[in-house]
Amino acid sequence: MSLNNCYHCGADSSKKPIKFNDKIFCCNGCKTVYEILNANELNCYYDLESTPGTIPKDIKGKYNYLENIEIIEKLLEFSDGETSVIELYIPNIHCSSCIWVLENLSKLNDGVTMSMVNFPEKSLRITFKNERTNLKNIVELITSIGYEPYISLDDADSKRQKVDKTLIYQLSIAAFCFGNIMLLSFPEYFEADEFWLEKYKYLFRWLMFIMAVPVVIYSAKDYFISAYKGLKHKMLNIDVPIALGISVLFLRSSYEIIFDLGSGFFDSLTGLVFFLLLGRYFQQKTYNFLSFERDYKSYFPIAVTIINNEKESTIPVKEVKKGDRLLIRNEELIPVDGILINGNAAIDYSFVTGESIPVSKKSGDKLFAGGKQTSGAIEMEVISSISQSYLTQLWSNDVFNDSSGLTIKNITDRISKYFTIAILSIAVIAGIFWYNFNPSMAFNVVTSVLIIACPCALALSAPFALGNMLRIFGYKKFYLKNAETIESISKVNTIIFDKTGTITSNDKTQISYKGETLTIEEKKGLKNVLRASNHPLSRSLYNFLNELSLNEDPSMFNEVLGKGIEASINNVSYKLGSANFIGIEVTKINETAIYIQIDGKFKGGYIFKNTYREEAKEVFNELSKNYKLVILSGDNDGEKDSLELLLPKNSSLNFNQKPEDKLSFIKKLQESGDKVMMIGDGLNDAGALAQSNVGIAISEDVNVFSPACDAILDAKLFNSLPKFLSLSNKTIKIIKASFILSLGYNIIGMYFALNGLLTPVVAAILMPLSSISIVVFVTVLTNLVARKL
Amino acid sequence: MEVVYITIGVSIIVAIFFFIVFIKSVKSGQYEDTYTPSVRMLFDDELVSKDKPKGENQQI
Repeated sequence: MSLNNCYHCGADSSKKPIKFNDKIFCCNGCKTVYEILNANELNCYYDLESTPGTIPKDIKGKYNYLENIEIIEKLLEFSDGETSVIELYIPNIHCSSCIWVLENLSKLNDGVTMSMVNFPEKSLRITFKNERTNLKNIVELITSIGYEPYISLDDADSKRQKVDKTLIYQLSIAAFCFGNIMLLSFPEYFEADEFWLEKYKYLFRWLMFIMAVPVVIYSAKDYFISAYKGLKHKMLNIDVPIALGISVLFLRSSYEIIFDLGSGFFDSLTGLVFFLLLGRYFQQKTYNFLSFERDYKSYFPIAVTIINNEKESTIPVKEVKKGDRLLIRNEELIPVDGILINGNAAIDYSFVTGESIPVSKKSGDKLFAGGKQTSGAIEMEVISSISQSYLTQLWSNDVFNDSSGLTIKNITDRISKYFTIAILSIAVIAGIFWYNFNPSMAFNVVTSVLIIACPCALALSAPFALGNMLRIFGYKKFYLKNAETIESISKVNTIIFDKTGTITSNDKTQISYKGETLTIEEKKGLKNVLRASNHPLSRSLYNFLNELSLNEDPSMFNEVLGKGIEASINNVSYKLGSANFIGIEVTKINETAIYIQIDGKFKGGYIFKNTYREEAKEVFNELSKNYKLVILSGDNDGEKDSLELLLPKNSSLNFNQKPEDKLSFIKKLQESGDKVMMIGDGLNDAGALAQSNVGIAISEDVNVFSPACDAILDAKLFNSLPKFLSLSNKTIKIIKASFILSLGYNIIGMYFALNGLLTPVVAAILMPLSSISIVVFVTVLTNLVARKL
Repeated sequence: MEVVYITIGVSIIVAIFFFIVFIKSVKSGQYEDTYTPSVRMLFDDELVSKDKPKGENQQI
């Protein structure tokens, strides 16, 4: 850490350092956090990790809605009037210092009796006394030390459903019974004739039977249910042969011990169920801190400030009616479509369109829901209710209500169809043969065939391969909703990119100057003028100009909202702003620019352009080898030429695509048989992401905003996209290879079965051996191919 | 050799006892967050050394 970095957040603070207590801070926000922590003897925060902090946001008034009882009730997890418990999701939690300071909240607010961090979920659970503090105070407190919670009613509702632990119970019962049955059946493996073994074998056998019952009835019940459902829909999914195998194993084993014919196959049975469930458990990786199912409700604020007869009050956002007057503060989202009444509106529509440059609006202009106000407070009048606003209408589309679970046909199920038919016919033929040859053996052989053919290894390879890949991807910051997504990715043949925010990056804006060259003096003056302005464009131009500003205040300064600035310094007059403010004609209307006039003479303009991601060209070239590429952009075709340079020749470009157009474009491609992957960000891509076979949301900040999708990719890793895709393809190849391996085991087993040689010992060796070797095979191979990542 | 009934019986009862304990701990959420406690246990010392007498009323 260099000496010039902020003591709190680590940002470079050499420009304008603030000194306090011999420490350097980049801004007042960071300094305040330090002061708060220092005053409460919590400065150990800085000893645990260096520069652990984040810059706190200015939130004046933002959380006023937390005084509304209705809202509080919905958010609280528990409340008995005296004590309340709330769980908050805090995206900023990132290191052990965070855990430490958040768990010591009681030192900052004595109403807090307990606070507990769940690091993997990035959540904080706070217990507090209603007498001594309230929710608003707590939220404002943690925000003031840089841990702003992300509060949304929608997320709060969905969190109530606790994680389903049934699988863990099923797995642990299977493991418990499997282990004990293995021990109990050990004597029988060696067929020892010792007297006491003979004497007690009935006890052992019945104990095994008792322990096998819960495994079949409880642990394996999902396989029976799924097989039944599959058969009802006339589908032979992988669970059909599994259920068949399990029931035959159980019935034959019970038959054997009841009629004292042998010891049965209870060890193989429970082992089988145990391995199957283990595979399921392995595949069931979830990223608790990410939400893949967000709809518009979780984007919008919970409550808004409404102005009624000059009085401000907070109401839940769904109660907003047409004609209401809303107060939107700095950094707040506009929840509904409306008309701007007054205030300096600079709306950042990056959630909606991906475009990060704020749009200036003047009073009377229409504001669309989803935009974020970035300069001061504004007042607006609502013109439609939430459900009718432009953006939310998209969500009424059918793609968001599609909940067909059974139609997904995965690779295992496709194979299992042929597999089931094959083993059933082998069993029947073998049964007929043996019935004619040696009738007493027929039952034995038929059941043996069904037992040995139980596709345990077949059912294991996909879960372990996909589950392991899911973990590897997650580790590399490519988060998938579930393991099946890998399979869908491998089938894709067309990739559609959204332009803004996806192939252009949000945070870096390229500024270029066109026109008569400015002298250094002029630039200095310009910078000085810009310093006084708060407009976002002015701020980014101010940072762009390298010259030092003059140390003089303008003698005259006048900012016309939404238009530009007039100022004069040292008798030089400056006029900068939009084209019609300067009074010039522009040829390209689609550009965002600040035009400059000095001493009444037009000089030129600074043009703001989104930069394409540096790696975009290579990524496109790499992908075009295997995929059809399409660009769907909501923007005008102003950047068509530069895009064509980036893209390989055979890709198509489509501009002026509204959200509905994107959706129907994908639908059309799918009808012609293409498997489509959509890569986009922003709310306007949500429909397209849901419609496509695989929807990947690119996000600069994975923790906070991403629309409903199948996968979330950290924007910094855009260049790894081809690698992720080829890895998915390789995973499927590995699965196919392991299928061949497991079929090999089945053929060996079939030899024993058809010859009537399947003894419990053979089954007990062959079945776990095939399962374990398949698991090892796929895990090792997936790790090997992922090493290149 | 009737003792076999007793030994097997006892061993199974002990095994079932541990199994129930395991299920209970899963139910109580013990395995939901396996990372944070590993960090949290390191904190107590820091507080004692920094805060001198005030350290005891800390709660985790």
